[in-house]
Amino acid sequence: MQNEHLNSKKEKIPRTKISEQKPEERIKNFNEVELGYTEEEAVRESMRCLMCKKPKCIEGCPVNIDIKSFIAYIKNKEFEKALEKIREKNALPGVCGRVCPQEDQCEKTCILGIKDQPVAIGKLERFAADYEKNKNYVKNYKPNNSDEVNNFIKANKITNSNIESIRFNNIKVAVIGAGPAGLTCSGELAKMGYKVTLFEALHSPGGVLVYGIPEFRLPKKIVNDEVEYVKSLGVEIKLNTIIGKTFTIDELFSKGYKSVFIATGAGLPYFLGIKGENLNGVYSANEYLTRVNLMKAYLFPEWDTPIKKADIVSVIGGGNVALDSARTALRLGAKKVKLIYRRSEAEMPGRIEEIKHAKEEGVEMVYLTNPLEIIGENGWVKKIKCIRMQLGEPDESGRRRPLPITNSEHEIDTDIIVIAIGQGPNPVLTQTSPDIMLNKKGNIVTDAVGKTSKKGVFAGGDIVTGAATVILAMGAGKIVANAIDEYIKTGIW
Amino acid sequence: MVLENQIINKYNLTKEIVSFEVFSPTIANKAKAGQFVIVRASSNGERIPLTIADFNSTRGYINLTILKRGKSTNQLGLMEPGQLLNDIVGPLGKPSEIEKFGNVVVIGGGVGIAPILPIIKSLHYEDNYIISVLGAKSAEGLIFTKEIKQYSNEFHICTDDGSLGFKGFVSEFLLNYLKKDNKKINRVIAIGPALMMKAVCSITKNFNIKTIVSLNPIMVDGTGMCGSCRVEVANQTKFACVDGPEFDGHQVDFDLLISRLNIYCNEEDIALKKFMENHKCKMNI
Repeated sequence: MQNEHLNSKKEKIPRTKISEQKPEERIKNFNEVELGYTEEEAVRESMRCLMCKKPKCIEGCPVNIDIKSFIAYIKNKEFEKALEKIREKNALPGVCGRVCPQEDQCEKTCILGIKDQPVAIGKLERFAADYEKNKNYVKNYKPNNSDEVNNFIKANKITNSNIESIRFNNIKVAVIGAGPAGLTCSGELAKMGYKVTLFEALHSPGGVLVYGIPEFRLPKKIVNDEVEYVKSLGVEIKLNTIIGKTFTIDELFSKGYKSVFIATGAGLPYFLGIKGENLNGVYSANEYLTRVNLMKAYLFPEWDTPIKKADIVSVIGGGNVALDSARTALRLGAKKVKLIYRRSEAEMPGRIEEIKHAKEEGVEMVYLTNPLEIIGENGWVKKIKCIRMQLGEPDESGRRRPLPITNSEHEIDTDIIVIAIGQGPNPVLTQTSPDIMLNKKGNIVTDAVGKTSKKGVFAGGDIVTGAATVILAMGAGKIVANAIDEYIKTGIW
Repeated sequence: MVLENQIINKYNLTKEIVSFEVFSPTIANKAKAGQFVIVRASSNGERIPLTIADFNSTRGYINLTILKRGKSTNQLGLMEPGQLLNDIVGPLGKPSEIEKFGNVVVIGGGVGIAPILPIIKSLHYEDNYIISVLGAKSAEGLIFTKEIKQYSNEFHICTDDGSLGFKGFVSEFLLNYLKKDNKKINRVIAIGPALMMKAVCSITKNFNIKTIVSLNPIMVDGTGMCGSCRVEVANQTKFACVDGPEFDGHQVDFDLLISRLNIYCNEEDIALKKFMENHKCKMNI
């Protein structure tokens, strides 16, 4: 009786902490910082869920994962079912569990979070994905008739989440860009029965997940596993193929593709436009991170691509890309890493968790400081001339506008500069398709479901919205998959 | 059966320059003079830009002509027909501007002779009067002379040591040529080492002849994603991979180009040394 009484009042369990590599150790390696929940920890955390009748968390998720149900499965230790539940809506759970800004999405709307800490939904998602990591998927199976299909399903114990994949309808759809939006859309379309070809410009699929986000935050093994899952649904990935160069969109149509989804991301680095920016030692974050993540420059000379290592590295910017660059610089052996941001910590667009990690690791935060000029010596960067800023009235983004303080110019010594002030849309594809309407910034203009101005061509993710998050791109990929299905079935544009 | 990315033929053109025909029908079908590909020789290789030296869409191959200098190019140099390049992507960059200009001087220096071959061919089909000028350290360093001569109206050779043709740099030859020949030159195209292109441009600027150069900065992705290849043209930052690789030579900041080409000198030495140690017997050193 007493126990029951306790249960009805719901014993308050504090949010389960995730174990991490210690800061002083992790800055010496590229291994993942967070180590993930154990089974016990995951079950314990899942018990915190209130199992709301109207779960707000699901509304907060850009792809509407049935969070309540998957957590219930974890609670019952039915971990594979939990993953299956997540996969109904999300083909990349191992990625999202790690890199989604949950504090602004599902966990923000968690009812428990009103008085207490919200349920660690992201960590639980990650747990479910990792639990199943070593399972092998059925690859590229092409049946001839329904008997074969049924026998195959029985023999391979295929689950609901990938059952539809083997019923191809022979309608070809082309997806351009194997990042979060492209992978999601491809997976969804394959589940509906379409023959999807996913074209990727680089030599490795994953987009920003492989070239941008560092190993210590998202191990490439996880990305590979999730790409393999998408392939297991029947998606064919063509690497080293640049649509706009290798083929044009019109050529894709003439090759028999019925619809095309453009998900080329935000692959054009912005620079500051100040003097000295082309000095040796000044990198765009895209280059710095691509060299390290995609090209494995941290393993040079075992891997061929080099990167400049130096004692003092200054990163310009305040987003996740800036934080990733700063933490990468530490791991490459920098003694001092400064993050120079023109606003204050409150306005930083980076995830709270990553800001915390960066600080723990010793990244020096230089707030309210804006670079004016890069000063060099013998062709190499030496100093950054900066000005101090103060915060004025909120601007159109709702954040307080930084304003320069007169006579506050000063110089900061540095050996390397990484510019992480954002990325724009890469024009390689759109240049060759002038019939696709762009906005002033060069982003593709679409309607709510991703239709562009060109019949049969959809677009989504960062190429439409400008640089945003992995999960928003995935959400777009999903919406577009449904829109493509409708377009192909009805022919209505 | 020939596989995609497979080396069909290999020619050791000089001691330092090797030329491959690589089966890549899609790229061969799309390639235009002046474009390049990004190649990775092996699965842990770096992405290096190589100009498409020639292409044949009927047979489905592209020609890649490589100066063995660093680790990656030396590694490529050891590859043999039948082997596969790990990755090839392209064609990248903007094609050369080809039209009837009139009298065109086309200059190729060292391994830069290779990429002028498709340009000369294209210019030839547009009925230009082509004055080709090839330069190398010595006669043994010259490549594609027969092919280029075939499409040229005038054909000149310069060697630093005087072992063949004019003794001296192509820029010196050009200066003499422009001084003494009263033919109106409508355009100069120069491809070769940065210093050569710089010297050529400083001469043609005085004669007010539009000069196109093909720049070879360090690249990673080759699609405008990283900005490693940024150059300054008319005081504006350009990405050579997508805005070029060809630019108006009179507007190019060559000193910046040369400085940026040297960013990874130390690292390149480390990588090459390590590679040489592992391949001593094959490299004959």
